[in-house]
Amino acid sequence: MTFEQKKELMAIACKVRMGIIESTHGAKAGHPGGSLSATEVFTYLYFKEMNIDPANPKWEGRDRFVLSKGHTAPGLYSALAERGFFPVEDLPTLRHIDSYLQGHPNMNTVPGVDMSTGSLGQGISVAVGMALAAKHTGKTNRVYSLLGDGEIQEGQVWEACMSAAHYKLDNLCIIVDNNDLQIDGRVGDVMSPYPIVGKLEAFGFDVQTIDGHDFDAIEAAFNKARTVKGKPSAIVIKTTKGKDVSYMEDDAGWHGKAPNDAEYEQAMSELKAKLAEVEAM
Amino acid sequence: MADVKKVATRDSYGAALVELGQKYDNLVVLDADLAGATKTGVFKKAFPERHFDCGIAEANMMCIAAGMSTMGLVAFASSFAMFAAGRAYEQVRNSIGYPHLNVKIGGTHGGISVGEDGASHQCCEDFALMRSIPGMTVICPADDVEARAAVKAAYEMEGPVYLRFGRLAIPVFHDEDYIFEIGKGEILRDGTDVAIIANGLMTYEAIQAGEMLAEQGINAMIINMATIKPIDEELVIAAAKKCGKIVTCEEHSVIGGLGEAVCSVLSEKLPTPVKRIGVNDEFGHSGPAAALLKQFGLCAENIAAVAKEFIGK
Repeated sequence: MTFEQKKELMAIACKVRMGIIESTHGAKAGHPGGSLSATEVFTYLYFKEMNIDPANPKWEGRDRFVLSKGHTAPGLYSALAERGFFPVEDLPTLRHIDSYLQGHPNMNTVPGVDMSTGSLGQGISVAVGMALAAKHTGKTNRVYSLLGDGEIQEGQVWEACMSAAHYKLDNLCIIVDNNDLQIDGRVGDVMSPYPIVGKLEAFGFDVQTIDGHDFDAIEAAFNKARTVKGKPSAIVIKTTKGKDVSYMEDDAGWHGKAPNDAEYEQAMSELKAKLAEVEAM
Repeated sequence: MADVKKVATRDSYGAALVELGQKYDNLVVLDADLAGATKTGVFKKAFPERHFDCGIAEANMMCIAAGMSTMGLVAFASSFAMFAAGRAYEQVRNSIGYPHLNVKIGGTHGGISVGEDGASHQCCEDFALMRSIPGMTVICPADDVEARAAVKAAYEMEGPVYLRFGRLAIPVFHDEDYIFEIGKGEILRDGTDVAIIANGLMTYEAIQAGEMLAEQGINAMIINMATIKPIDEELVIAAAKKCGKIVTCEEHSVIGGLGEAVCSVLSEKLPTPVKRIGVNDEFGHSGPAAALLKQFGLCAENIAAVAKEFIGK
């Protein structure tokens, strides 16, 4: 991508992060940490990689995205809103009793959501089903699914991986957000999923590992994934949980906690400053 | 007595899938390494490119079915009832039920008539599990004719459906021109002294019980209630009103199945004494199917005896 394109994506990522803070603050609940770590990937998928149309959320020819780590709905919703699927102003209604913005992705109420998720380990299987259906009917839709590095402790993830390779789903690209933290602490301490790359390779995936906050690396990885034939792709992204909100970074405590008013102000001021910095590039 | 034709409803499942597959391109079948037993194997033979084995991974299979449905395919996800409804319960609930996706689940080998495999494979909880999911339609057909019609009706409706089939060959009693309707029970024999509501293989047993009771001067109404959810409330209430007492019969635990569905309707709308015949909150065990059914009281003789005692005759 050009310098201008990268700058634009970086600016959008700042806005997506602001939306994550707006929504979780408005909800007084939700999962900012894992939403912030995956923000560059959410941004790249919805603004560059995926063939989608905000004016036609149910367009049959669209690429599909399944947020298997469904609790990071704030990240998905913010990216969808920024992309034009629904108003950014609605984000603070996240989790409210009368809101269409359900706490975990709901395909029947939120425009742009391709599958309802929330129970870990299931979204990736659904993505396999979508990719398999596309291949079976000779369609060219690509399917993407984002997982957490704690989520891959669920055995079903490996059932899904086994089947993706068995059915040679080269139209499927999974992303594993390796921010190294889950609710009870570092993933290596709770129930080590490592080595992640080795496991995915053994399960028949083409695997890449990148800095999940670097748009150049993200672009190269998704471009490479498109060229892989006969096997599914996995991109392991090395990220910082809570990225770009200083007091949230690399802290398991911010997995599922919302910022209070003072924390909200600080986060927003940091993100606004970051946005100004990007725009001045 | 003329020989009654017997067919296992799992065979009906396979046959119905092939018939529908000839008509509808978007119908696909998934299995979890049990295609031989669930009889989806006959569909695989007819349409190999539309049969997807998911291996011994039922949770993945259910979610694959969900994903396929979002792409316009109608997937029949098949396994033994224990694994389809039991092992993959949460996947069915969260990835199929909650988003209300157009997935059909074929649970074969329901109940204790599984036989020699024993308790681990004898699912007596599937009605309870599936009917507790909002928006799920739950059907247990009574014979080959009804089973084939139920598979067709399941394909034709929009939304998730759980269909339960059996391993054991059982008598065919419906005529080929029988019209099956989801959510509608059928009165097989009218009566006034007691109403016996049954489904699955217990329906034919109930019919036999009705004849035994008639010989003893007891006039029993016999109802086949294939759809457990949504249950035919109107018919249940009408039967209770007319007969005053109900006996339910199912190849399932007395907890959470047809019997308790009937109790739920009546206790709120028309309190009526109900006696539930089923597996009495215990696990099954190995044995030949016919012997097990007798041992567990899931047979005409026991239905007749229970009904007779229940109405105090």
